[in-house]
Amino acid sequence: MSHMHHEHGFDWMLLLPLPFIGGLMLYVGLLLATKRPWPLHRTLFAVLGTLSAVSAVTGPIAELAHTNFVYHMLGHLLLGMLAPLLFVLAAPMTLCLRTMPVRWARRLSAVLRSGPSRLVTNPVVASLLNVGGLWVLYKTGLYHLMQTNMLIHLLVHLHLFLAGYVFTLSMISLDPVAHRTSYRFRAVVFLLAFAAHSILAKHLYASPPAGVPLEQARSGSQLMYYGGDLIELVIIAVLCLQWYRAARPRTSYN
Amino acid sequence: MASTTRRVEVNRADHAKRNLWSGFLFGVGLVAFFDEVVFHQLLHWHHFYDKSTTDAGLVSDGLFHAFSWFATVGSLFMLADLRRRLAWWKERWIAGVFLGVGVFQLYDGIVQHKLLELHQIRYGVEILPYDLAWNISAFLLIIIGIVLLRRSGVAHAS
Repeated sequence: MSHMHHEHGFDWMLLLPLPFIGGLMLYVGLLLATKRPWPLHRTLFAVLGTLSAVSAVTGPIAELAHTNFVYHMLGHLLLGMLAPLLFVLAAPMTLCLRTMPVRWARRLSAVLRSGPSRLVTNPVVASLLNVGGLWVLYKTGLYHLMQTNMLIHLLVHLHLFLAGYVFTLSMISLDPVAHRTSYRFRAVVFLLAFAAHSILAKHLYASPPAGVPLEQARSGSQLMYYGGDLIELVIIAVLCLQWYRAARPRTSYN
Repeated sequence: MASTTRRVEVNRADHAKRNLWSGFLFGVGLVAFFDEVVFHQLLHWHHFYDKSTTDAGLVSDGLFHAFSWFATVGSLFMLADLRRRLAWWKERWIAGVFLGVGVFQLYDGIVQHKLLELHQIRYGVEILPYDLAWNISAFLLIIIGIVLLRRSGVAHAS
């Protein structure tokens, strides 16, 4: 659907990588400003997360995603699942809070504790935004609309990334979150969200969105299913590791 | 040394339930993994999607899929937790594994294959011997699990 690119004279899609590149520059700026040591692997996660997101919204994958459902799914995995996971593991808010001037840090921390933040980082709300959003995308006409309307295309991508980010954040945030729910609660909600993702993937195998050839639907839905597994497995492992550390026995068992 | 052994026994008794659960969950994860590797990937008896699949079957399959991954990882972290508390009760844990494998296999054989008709064990063959082998082996695994569980209790009491 190359008409999407050229009819307006300016290719708006070129703007999509900018927020991610800007975010990484901010991260590196804070890193240079901080006086306390910051783990190297967090920086590495930030760089890899940016690469993952940028490769989904620009270049060959983004180009092919317009016409090929398999590449659309690959982009979905990179932008909506892998990049959010890597950004959460990069703990950007912690870096902000410890590096910013105290006045700014207080303001940021007030925003993080505010009602709206509390709401979207609730595991149930975040899961509905994330997996619920996917059901809406593929089971209504939205997928078709997104391939033809540029503004909707941008908004869907924005939602995909942000919903993936708050979802991952609500489950395994290293950054401070307004109200941390119990491990058991998060495990149950995560399980249901994971299941809904798997069910949608298998459902799409047999009944893809209108206009998607069956061959592409089959490869794409299996990519969604097994690719999703891999990323969700990492989230489970991190969640369990956090529980393992938090449940460290205080008394000696010897 | 005797006091350490005694201490471990008390720890185990305090965590008897968690030992069983950790093993059970590991068993559920193990049988799901076995199903994916052997029946889906090696034998190709099972498929990613069956035309006969109902919505209820799809939901049951998705829930079990998510649960089995969580069970595999979670049960191993529980095991690590038991070990650092010097409370791992191996016999009881293994009994749990048998129960987990058996209970899930029976659930798969009765509910998913027969009631929800999610899929069959194999296609293009007389299915009865396969169903019998599947469910009887599940039943035997559960029996082994129960026997091991009772024996671990007896060994502990003596």
